[in-house]
Amino acid sequence: MTRELTYVGKSVPRDDAADKVTGAARYTHDLSLPGMLHAALVTSPHAAARIARIDASDAARLPGVRAVLTGADVDVRLGLYMQDKRILAHDVVRYQGEPVVAVAADTLDIAREACRRIHVEYEPRPAVLDPREAMKTAAALVHPDLGSYSHMEGVFFPTSRTNIAHHQKIRKGDVDAAFASAEVILKAGFDNPPVQHVPMETHASIAQALPGGRAEIWTSSQSPYTVRHLMSIAFGLPHNAVRVHVPYVGGGFGGKAGLNLEPLVYVLSKAAGGRPVRFVATREEEFNTLPSRQGLYSTIEIGTTRAGTIVALKATYVWDAGAYADYGVNVGRAAAYSGAGPYAIPNCWIDSFVVYTNKVYGTAYRGFGHLEVLWGVERAMDQMARKLGLDPAEFRRRNLLKPGDMTITGETFTAGHGEPSACLDAVAGAIDWGTPSPPPVEPTKRRGKGIAMLHKAPAMPTSTACSAIIKLDEDGAADILVSGVDYGQGTYTVLRQIAAEELRLPIQAVHINSDCDTAFTPYDWQTVASRFAYMGGHAVLRAAGDCLGQIRAVAAQVFGVATDKIVCENASAYPAGEPERAIPYRDLALGYTYPNGNAIGGPVIGHGRFIAHDLTHLDPDTGQGRPAQFWTYGAHGVEIEVDTETGEIEILRIATAIDAGKVLNAGLARGQVIGGVVQGIGSALWEGFRFDRSGHLLNPSFVDYKIPTAKDLPREMTPILLENPQPDGPYGARGIAEHPMISVPSAIGNALFDALGIEFASLPLSPESVVTRLAERGAEP
Amino acid sequence: MYDIEPRVNGHTERASVPAGMTLLEFLRDRLALTGSKEGCGIGECGACTVLLDGKPVTACLVLAVEADGLDVRTIEGEATDGQLSALQQSFVDAGAVQCGFCTPGMIMSARGLLLRNPHPSDEEIVEAIAGNLCRCTGYEAILRAIRAAAQQEVEPLPGEPDTKTARLLRSDQSTGGRP
Repeated sequence: MTRELTYVGKSVPRDDAADKVTGAARYTHDLSLPGMLHAALVTSPHAAARIARIDASDAARLPGVRAVLTGADVDVRLGLYMQDKRILAHDVVRYQGEPVVAVAADTLDIAREACRRIHVEYEPRPAVLDPREAMKTAAALVHPDLGSYSHMEGVFFPTSRTNIAHHQKIRKGDVDAAFASAEVILKAGFDNPPVQHVPMETHASIAQALPGGRAEIWTSSQSPYTVRHLMSIAFGLPHNAVRVHVPYVGGGFGGKAGLNLEPLVYVLSKAAGGRPVRFVATREEEFNTLPSRQGLYSTIEIGTTRAGTIVALKATYVWDAGAYADYGVNVGRAAAYSGAGPYAIPNCWIDSFVVYTNKVYGTAYRGFGHLEVLWGVERAMDQMARKLGLDPAEFRRRNLLKPGDMTITGETFTAGHGEPSACLDAVAGAIDWGTPSPPPVEPTKRRGKGIAMLHKAPAMPTSTACSAIIKLDEDGAADILVSGVDYGQGTYTVLRQIAAEELRLPIQAVHINSDCDTAFTPYDWQTVASRFAYMGGHAVLRAAGDCLGQIRAVAAQVFGVATDKIVCENASAYPAGEPERAIPYRDLALGYTYPNGNAIGGPVIGHGRFIAHDLTHLDPDTGQGRPAQFWTYGAHGVEIEVDTETGEIEILRIATAIDAGKVLNAGLARGQVIGGVVQGIGSALWEGFRFDRSGHLLNPSFVDYKIPTAKDLPREMTPILLENPQPDGPYGARGIAEHPMISVPSAIGNALFDALGIEFASLPLSPESVVTRLAERGAEP
Repeated sequence: MYDIEPRVNGHTERASVPAGMTLLEFLRDRLALTGSKEGCGIGECGACTVLLDGKPVTACLVLAVEADGLDVRTIEGEATDGQLSALQQSFVDAGAVQCGFCTPGMIMSARGLLLRNPHPSDEEIVEAIAGNLCRCTGYEAILRAIRAAAQQEVEPLPGEPDTKTARLLRSDQSTGGRP
């Protein structure tokens, strides 16, 4: 029998909001330690160059300077999946903005003055900038020693003596035969520029090298345990000699996953005699030096029957990884197994190449490659529909995954995966799909509608694990300890709801501390991939169950009944049918004391754990296997108005449907959808790095790199959350945080074609590009 | 070094500061008022917004010496005796906070608006926070929060000495948040 839920599903407000609206919330940016030094960097002005000479003698003599380090001083290789990166460039620089010299000084002003006194002589080399050119055998090599780099074997496949850091293959069916028999074939190319995550808090880290080979770190990170693990590997330290604190984090979106500035401040602290060293990236460094979302070039071929059934899809994805592989290789892997969209495709061939170039390196960014590949796939689906003379929604409906179909990696789609077609129908209904937009009042404007599908699964190791501890307090309240980070997405509130629901406690009595600390909070892999509510939710469910078991055992002894006869309700325990005998949790939380003074039990501390199950590595030659713990499907429908004189696109309305399985917190889920959609609008309309011919980034500031402001809100936004339960999800839930951003550009691009009759293949759909294409067409607006 | 005496959140502060020190550095590094954030350092993101004599300014572009003798109000001065202002409570209730890094500046811009215009239109709200970047929320909940706060707060009475603080009509409208 299902009990009506008290907290799960309700719009419980986040309990860290009070800290955040008062300024009390302390971020790494705000921390200061006794004796703390401040770090500054000399970064490369060249995209590619040999470092001929570094003269730092002037800087070292400056009073207040405590450490000056160059690449020659720190021979440590770093890398999440591929050890291709050093803390400071050595011999060569591979991107403009790459750290070359680091200084720690008493004040930031002194550190920066020291940097100005450091003279680096470079011998510039031609930069490798276009990943399509970089793939060719004659291309200059960004990493000539690629073949010797250690990397995660069996998962990533670098090609020695090339710029290819990873080649992911998906092979299903007989693509050549299918295209030979296809009645209609479409081939199209698309591209996305690299973009920045733009967390409002730039990257910031503090480290202190402690006696006895220990390290203590405070960092603005999504990944306390991954930072600990990678620091441990990089410096040969036992894991428990590295302690990582993560206080409040001012946004991440993937850019604060993995390892970032932590090794840099640690080596500076070591060099400065163990004083704590802090580095806070300037916004310019955030653009130039910290990682970005990779650019992508796509080529997509689709073959169908005359009636509009897809028989084959072939795609080549060439990722602009930038100078280091970091997360990029895994983006290229994950986006490949999602690289045909949420469709039933009997014959599929995908090559996904992650290619080194001399640009700022790529990493995870909300959606992990899916916004990029689906920009192409979902635009191509629209083009195919028109070629077939079919309504784009109808064409998709005929080909969307339905129970019994097989995904391109060989997984059977079931009802438990959710209902992509219901998402499509929901957004189509919300924007009156099929009814043309009423003509705009101004004659220079055009209106159009577009739809696009989306899907994504967490990209994570097959053995990804997570744990939670719940301890009851003297007053019977509960504290949850986890090491996933709530950097804004609201997961802590959801976990509190689950614990309150399970423990039968009022929500106010369940607390999660905002700080993670690897010395105390239990293991979690890292907070990425929209898997924290799912995995952390399970861990908390089990930890709560463990607490209840301990409470029941003591109460059963007190009441002299079997443990399964004990009911836990209203923060108390009693024998079934006898609520008047209830003992409040506060009298059980530390153990029960009989009237005569005898005591039994002890402090209630529950433990819960969860590990990914049934996942497999993908076959290196075919990409077949089970990569996904769950899939989340969705769709966007958008109506836009284009100003043909200025090229500006206004979003009149956008509807977004996501099959959440179970909405754990309606208010927070809505916040994720709206926030994600607006971030997607940024990728669609304005955002993208611009480089000059030498590989210098031309727009590393908010002046030249526009992100959405309050003025750019769509006139109407409609979040729609469907609830087809995930069979193995906590309360039936699946992850939804990245998904709202995915395919927003695709839907807008499709609407732009509807409005103007012009195919746009490149992002962003900036006013400049719209006006340029209108001028090229030469027709009157 | 220059001697300054700004009045910060109602307290007169005496300090000797270098000419180049920004108001943001003064607030964060000297007074430990770290609620005001630095998101860009060039006045483009609004995370450091504070009120200078009631008007919103980006504290990273104002020199500390410019605040001499003036009234400075930061996010730390928004709550009264531990009680959230209606504006703060509206941010909590509307779900207008995610990572929270833009929130102090966003609230100070909104406070500046409500001080000069207690009944703003939606367009005026948008205009008032157009210089405050938020990467998490998509702004929609923030607009709702400011609108709700404007409806709850009354205009300061004419001639009242402290017109800088819009008084709270009701601050107990919370449906949740901290117990």
